[in-house]
Amino acid sequence: MNFRSQLVAKPYFVAALALFLGQILFGLIAGFQYVDGTFLFPAIPFSVSRMVHTNLLIVWLLMAFMGAAYFIVPEEAQTELYSPRLALATFWVFLVAGALTILAYLLVPYSDLAAATGNAMLPTMGRGYLEQPLPTKVGIVLVALSLLFNISMTLFKGRRTSLNVILVGALWGLALLFLPAFYFPEDTVKASYGWWWVVHGWVEGDWELILSALLGFILIKMTGVDREIVEKWMYVIIAMTLISGIIGIGHHYYYIGAPEYWIWLGSVFSAIEPIPFIMLIVFSIRMLLKRRRENPNQAAMLWALGTPIVAFLGAGLWGAMITLAPVQYYAHGSNFTAAHGHLAFFGAYAMVSLAIISYAMPLLRGRVANGIAAQRWEMSGFWIMVISMLAIALALSGAGIVTAFSQRMGDHPLSFMDTQAQEQVFFWLRELAGVGFLAGLLAYLVSFFVPGEAGYDAAVKRALS
Amino acid sequence: MRAQDREALPGDLAIWIFIFAELLVFGILFAVYAFARSAHVALFNQGQALLDRRLGLANTLVLITSSYAVARATEAIHRDRVQACGRWLLAALLLGSLFVGIKCHEFARDAQAGMNLSHDLFQMFYLSLTGFHFLHVVMGMAILAAVAAKTFAGGYRAHDCTGVETAGAWWHMVDLVWIILFILVYVLR
Repeated sequence: MNFRSQLVAKPYFVAALALFLGQILFGLIAGFQYVDGTFLFPAIPFSVSRMVHTNLLIVWLLMAFMGAAYFIVPEEAQTELYSPRLALATFWVFLVAGALTILAYLLVPYSDLAAATGNAMLPTMGRGYLEQPLPTKVGIVLVALSLLFNISMTLFKGRRTSLNVILVGALWGLALLFLPAFYFPEDTVKASYGWWWVVHGWVEGDWELILSALLGFILIKMTGVDREIVEKWMYVIIAMTLISGIIGIGHHYYYIGAPEYWIWLGSVFSAIEPIPFIMLIVFSIRMLLKRRRENPNQAAMLWALGTPIVAFLGAGLWGAMITLAPVQYYAHGSNFTAAHGHLAFFGAYAMVSLAIISYAMPLLRGRVANGIAAQRWEMSGFWIMVISMLAIALALSGAGIVTAFSQRMGDHPLSFMDTQAQEQVFFWLRELAGVGFLAGLLAYLVSFFVPGEAGYDAAVKRALS
Repeated sequence: MRAQDREALPGDLAIWIFIFAELLVFGILFAVYAFARSAHVALFNQGQALLDRRLGLANTLVLITSSYAVARATEAIHRDRVQACGRWLLAALLLGSLFVGIKCHEFARDAQAGMNLSHDLFQMFYLSLTGFHFLHVVMGMAILAAVAAKTFAGGYRAHDCTGVETAGAWWHMVDLVWIILFILVYVLR
């Protein structure tokens, strides 16, 4: 850490991890409700536990992205943050608003929440991931504007690196792409358009740019490879992301009432969406091989290498398996989609957030890297979480395949509930893997409380031995 | 040119990865086109009859000539003839604009004939294939313009001309894809 104002990233990262823990706990509740439908009913019905699970995901990822921006932008611009005070105030506003929203989900029936927050005036509530009441949505926009103002001013007054311009630009994109969340017409086709412009625009477009910027930053810092080389790779990856991702939105338009040509365009262009992820893997491995120094923070390096690989598996491979229109016809909305969603969100966005936290947190705490013992805890957490998430994805894929064959194909398809009963074994496996994931997360969190630090001398010694 | 120069890949490695990714994209599009055509031969024949092959042929010749200009530009910079390189790049850029002009004229003609993405499968393929390629031509022209400007500013020399080679590699790909596209969509009936 070279600038004092980068310290504002710390509360963002801490809050992100706390919310992450909350997300996993509600995930376990929702997962258990698959094997016992009355678990915690009526206090926390499935619709609520699921909503809390997905909304906490969005909030903690946004927290982590914002923390990353407040850490990276001053470092890249080689100047103090424009206003650390504004950044800190924004943090508290966002945290309190997020916590109030989650509490409201848990304590107030959703329809009452909608009535109390002016949803009749401007309807925005109800679509997946975008369930937030109107005041929260407006709050998200204001928080984003405050972040963008702060980091753009920092960018303008300091050194303008390509990486910084890409990161700040992508965060502007994140804010702009949230605006269709306010567009919720009665026409269900148009409502779906607006929904996917946000969700697809984020995770299969703009966020991929944030992902490559964060990964690029970590790799520049850790490997000492020339910035010019890293930036060239980023341009190519971004171009491919946009070429595939923009028209690839068509895979959300199948059979919903959109024009038929989307079946062709969506299939072809989304089939190539894995390419930027393959490029990310090649890029990070090449940078590692070309490294000019041994960084003592081995845990951060593990996250940085693991991110593109698991992202490729979850977003690329699992996505490609269900993206073609004829496959989607049978797999739509099944647990196969949930498998893809879990592995993709974790591999791409959760892992890159944990990677930047792993790199930045020791620096924010005044050391080059955590001690060997702490890093062992962190790396154990890495492996347990990654393996558990792969197990979750495999279990959910099994359930999805059963749905496609038993409930949707053949002359005598089973009813929804009969199919669910057939899939019990997969739901148990998923819940078990979920407990494993929680154990991994706890091991990861323990690493923050293990004292000791490591410096470059330790890394050199290890490299020589 | 020394032997080791000839063996090295011209241009930047990243652009080659990008080119292969793009060829894969167009390859998938062409394969899907062929698959759809074999299932609807009569419809595609009828649709293809609406196209003006002369315009397609003219654009093919324009792009091949522009590729020649880019090749001359690369050769010129290898001999350290900076001004000649810049002029050949400008020529390629001019021919690129000619392609854009002809293609726009053709799109206008198609629109007048009532073509659109929803009308039938052939028109969907024809418009999206040529439209997607069109975007690549525009992007290629932006690259050529940037490289030409840097050339005239003295940014390249024989021993340091990766930028020119990179732009050239991209432009040749745009040309190559068009040649296949022209044969597939305009000629083969």
